[in-house]
Amino acid sequence: MSHHIVEAQNVSYMYPSSNHGIENISFRITHGESVAVVGANGAGKSTLLQHLNGFLMPNEGHIRIGDFPLTKENIMSVRRTVGMVFQDPDDQLFMPTVYDDVAFGPLNLGLPQEEVKMQVTDALERVGASHLHQRPSYRLSGGEKRAVAIASVLAMSPDILVMDEPSSNLDPLARQRLIKLLLSFKHTKIIATHDLDLAVDLCQRTIVLHNGSLTADGPTSEIFQNMALLAESGLAQPLRMQSCPICSNNSPPDT
Amino acid sequence: MSFLEKNFLDIRNLDILARQTSWVHRVDPRAKVFTTLVYILMVVSVDKYAIAQLVPFLIFPVVLIGAGNLPLGYFLKKIALVAPFAILLGIFNPLVDRTILLHIGSLGVSGGWISFISLMLRFGLTVAGALILIAVTGFNGICLALLQFRVPRVFVTQLLFLYRYLFVLIDEACRMARARLLRALDARAPRLQTFTSMLGYLLLRATARAERIHLAMCCRGYDGNVRLMTSSNFQLSDVLFVTSWTSLFVLFRMYDMPQLLGAKALEVLL
Repeated sequence: MSHHIVEAQNVSYMYPSSNHGIENISFRITHGESVAVVGANGAGKSTLLQHLNGFLMPNEGHIRIGDFPLTKENIMSVRRTVGMVFQDPDDQLFMPTVYDDVAFGPLNLGLPQEEVKMQVTDALERVGASHLHQRPSYRLSGGEKRAVAIASVLAMSPDILVMDEPSSNLDPLARQRLIKLLLSFKHTKIIATHDLDLAVDLCQRTIVLHNGSLTADGPTSEIFQNMALLAESGLAQPLRMQSCPICSNNSPPDT
Repeated sequence: MSFLEKNFLDIRNLDILARQTSWVHRVDPRAKVFTTLVYILMVVSVDKYAIAQLVPFLIFPVVLIGAGNLPLGYFLKKIALVAPFAILLGIFNPLVDRTILLHIGSLGVSGGWISFISLMLRFGLTVAGALILIAVTGFNGICLALLQFRVPRVFVTQLLFLYRYLFVLIDEACRMARARLLRALDARAPRLQTFTSMLGYLLLRATARAERIHLAMCCRGYDGNVRLMTSSNFQLSDVLFVTSWTSLFVLFRMYDMPQLLGAKALEVLL
């Protein structure tokens, strides 16, 4: 038995007030895999992510986390297994201080206070934010907020990390630090992102969504060299895979 | 910078002040919350014509500002900012109550003016007391104390969230106001139509954010109860803080200290 497997079987979901949603999506992500979910704006990345911890329930199909299908009954245990890092850290850091924020999850799990303290200290150390523990969350910089948001999820010891745009609004150095940090994690990782260079750094596998459907699922290096697929899906090659507009005589590719 | 940004965003400075380590800051939050509550009750219940009796109550904010290393000017500004509300409440007293109660030389002072001054004094003292409480305890500490006083969890949670997201909301409102200002070069105040649509948009933004926050809470096992780490070490010094201050306040409330002292001084002199 493994808790680290995420499987979608013919998942479809339509938002009640519009025609947008996701349609007939299937994939299986196994233990320790790191998978990027890419697609243009409105392709359905966030909708798919919200299915993985039971915030949205599919109209058709099933999500399986570990060996069990995700249902309303086992939602709490699934949410413990799947840790979700939000796009805007301000949505995730709602407690008055960093320490309280990171302690929120473990306290809800009913852990004794001594254990909570250990988890909080450990999680903050892992993201290099121990020195921030007494600071109010809203006074942190963008990079610090992101680190604390990740710590608040780590403190619940999840097996699977789901992240929505982890590198958005970060300065280049903070982005590099984040990539290093994420590389050090052994969790199964599912990362929805527009930052395709980050996907190349972190993920061996990439899932491409377009207009709510899955258009490709395979090794990252292969997908980002398939120019026709990228163009069809409203994407462009990661910058590092494009030829340098200064050194090479080629003009930059049209996007 | 707009009026909103200048005057409300710096309320956050109270939290910075609360991170100091003076002896006042180290007193248990429960002791400070209880003492301030008694203080406010005593100040408010003083008779409406008794101005002199209110003066001794100044000692509480003065001592706390001194010992807590707080900036006096900052508090005076904050009190002045909300003073118009109190002025509005009391300004009709002099018109309604015209009985002459006091003569200064040939000038008669009516009961209305005295009660107006007393109202302003009480307003200043209580607002100062509350602001100083936040500046020496921190909002988080106050909420924790309320929780330990068995105030229903749902109220304390509301307070915590109000304080956390008030600034985010004000930030969003400021950004919208700035965006409008940049494209409405000559218009000083927004037209009613623009204003209502801005207000509606702000509500939508706030609702969307509330939904995302709720989702984030659910992801971390929220079940309707916000749990806070509590530490309970009420020490002898905290007991002393409460008993000495509250007994002083009761004394000030029961006896008109300036009058008593004045009478004693006269006795000695004559």
